[in-house]
Amino acid sequence: MSDVDIRAENLGKKYRIRHQQQAQGYVALRDVIARRFTAPIRWVRDRSQMSGNGSQSPSLLPPISTRASREDFWALKSVFFEVKRGQVVGIIGRNGAGKSTLLKILSRITEPTEGRVRLNGRVSSLLEVGTGFHPELTGRENIFLNGAILGMTRAEIKKKFDEIVAFAEIEKFLDTPVKRYSSGMYVRLAFAVAAHLEPEILIVDEVLAVGDAEFQKKCLGKMQDVSRGGRTVLFVSHNMGVVNTLTQRCIYLENGQIAAVGNSRDIVEMYLTKSINIRGERANELEFFRRNRRNDTPVRITGLLVNGHGPDSTGLPWVEMGAAFTIEMKLDVVKALQGAMLDMMLKRSHGERVTVLFSGDQGCALFLDPGRHSVTVRVGNLPLAPGNYFVDVGVNQSEQTIAYDVILDFPLFSIVNNGQVTRWLDRPWGVLHSATVEWDTSR
Amino acid sequence: MQELIIEPGRCEKNYWHDLWRYRELFYFLAWRDILVRYKQTVVGVAWAVIQPFITTVVFTIVFSRIAKLPHPVGVPYSLLVMAAQLPWQFFSHSLSESSNSLIGNANLISKVYFPRLIVPAGSVITSFVDFLITLGLMAVMMAWYQFAPDWRVLTLPLFVALAFGAAFGMGLWLCALNVEYRDFRYVIPFIVQLGLYISPVGFSSAIVPEKWRLLYLLNPMVGVIDGFRWALLRGQSPIWWPAILTCILLTSGLCLSGIWYFRKMEQAFADVI
Repeated sequence: MSDVDIRAENLGKKYRIRHQQQAQGYVALRDVIARRFTAPIRWVRDRSQMSGNGSQSPSLLPPISTRASREDFWALKSVFFEVKRGQVVGIIGRNGAGKSTLLKILSRITEPTEGRVRLNGRVSSLLEVGTGFHPELTGRENIFLNGAILGMTRAEIKKKFDEIVAFAEIEKFLDTPVKRYSSGMYVRLAFAVAAHLEPEILIVDEVLAVGDAEFQKKCLGKMQDVSRGGRTVLFVSHNMGVVNTLTQRCIYLENGQIAAVGNSRDIVEMYLTKSINIRGERANELEFFRRNRRNDTPVRITGLLVNGHGPDSTGLPWVEMGAAFTIEMKLDVVKALQGAMLDMMLKRSHGERVTVLFSGDQGCALFLDPGRHSVTVRVGNLPLAPGNYFVDVGVNQSEQTIAYDVILDFPLFSIVNNGQVTRWLDRPWGVLHSATVEWDTSR
Repeated sequence: MQELIIEPGRCEKNYWHDLWRYRELFYFLAWRDILVRYKQTVVGVAWAVIQPFITTVVFTIVFSRIAKLPHPVGVPYSLLVMAAQLPWQFFSHSLSESSNSLIGNANLISKVYFPRLIVPAGSVITSFVDFLITLGLMAVMMAWYQFAPDWRVLTLPLFVALAFGAAFGMGLWLCALNVEYRDFRYVIPFIVQLGLYISPVGFSSAIVPEKWRLLYLLNPMVGVIDGFRWALLRGQSPIWWPAILTCILLTSGLCLSGIWYFRKMEQAFADVI
């Protein structure tokens, strides 16, 4: 018992959603007043209907409501899990699977409708970096404010202050209001404060998906330190590669319920495999994989295609082993691009990286006017082994900037052994399978 | 090792304990609001002085010179107005600030846990800082008129506490209502505006006819303002003790019911905001 840090039992959260009218999300007073006034009328009507159908069971009656638009929705239902001390556990699932709701319950922002959670130890949750940052305050003031919001005491913040500043690399701008910071500096400072929390249990939403590439690496390193430091971490992410490197166990949520729990490698594979079906089923497929954090983005990726053969049984296009292939990216440019770069990370089904294709390597920069464009990359010499392949694609201004648009873990194609290899077909395939090897014997 | 249990209705039990644990956040939020309040303004904190000063000048001219309202002898009319301005401005500022405080901090509320009560409380504190500055202005004006207070000034903290309670209780009601019914965004400026006319800011309570007294006293600020005048102006402005008693009862009722309602709505804030 004592080595269990988090134990959730039969956790559930019900929301009441309204379909009509209330696009704003909050109620207007007049509706409430109107409802109060019509209540007696409704009551009388309900009664008369009840007596009229006295012999029938009430459940057969259609529900009577002047606002049939209300509906209960279980964002989370019957969730049981345990996290042992010092474990780093990932929580994965599609948008709307209940990840955020689970996080909100664990960090006490909202109460569950049923069930309970027992947490042993000091909890810090990080649902966003820079929560409560005030644009008018200076970097120094914001460090204290944000630290307090995240649950640090003033003494703790003072002790860590220099470390935080050094980590964020903002020494020079410490007394500048953060509204004058570049977006990169802002994010760095925000993460730096968060990274210096020292709780026993840490609950993290995918805050790592921010900042430029360099800083992301630094954050990842910090996260790895944290996870090795014997702390219990719950980590929610869409980035399967990161989940795989940081966590040992994973909880896979689907429609508010736990679909699977287990070894991260297996769960990630399961998640990615399932995403292939989604690709086949969904018309606006890319939206499912988009992880764009900017709302002023000048360009959107609208399509990812491979010149492979027609979809296989799982719905993926396929390419023969050893064959050259071309990947086409469709871009919808809103604001003219001035030398943007494309990068593409090719991944295997456990989320492990195979290779990165970076347009900058070939000196290809995008100067595109507003409108629809397509960019193709021809890959001639990449002897991939059979299996399913996924891509992360990003459009960046440069390596030091935050991506304009990001697609993560998109199932792109499968490599198929279509007679290229004829013997020992159930071998443990690696990532690559080269045909250009020469064997020789000598004595 | 501290243990935390989350279940429906659990939050209720540790509420006051949590409130104490989060006192530092309370301090920081109030500090933030004070810092931000006059950033990027040219005259800065001087605004806390300019506003009541000009209002006092205008009220003195309108009510004393033009309308020729009666006032107790031996007290300059502007001191009479200023003594009422102090609690009234504090009350009206706290009301507008605290009623918007939850919505203004929506991102905090949907991302971090803390007892939500500290948000409206923080905005009352912020207005209190302005109040202290205005109190300084009052002192300067009293020195100007060479009008020294007597022992009655020692009772001022009681009336400050009453003003605090009225502002806080009312603020709790309004900010909780405002989260769910944004109508209150429009109601509040109206309350503040109307309140100025039914509170004895520009005039003295003495001119209110006897038959309207009871209705008049339902405004908790009446007792507070009369108390302020009595305490600051050597008792020259008469005080009616039943009015103070009504005010104490009203204020405590407002505070307690405000806390009750706020607590009742609190759990849903993160879901509806």
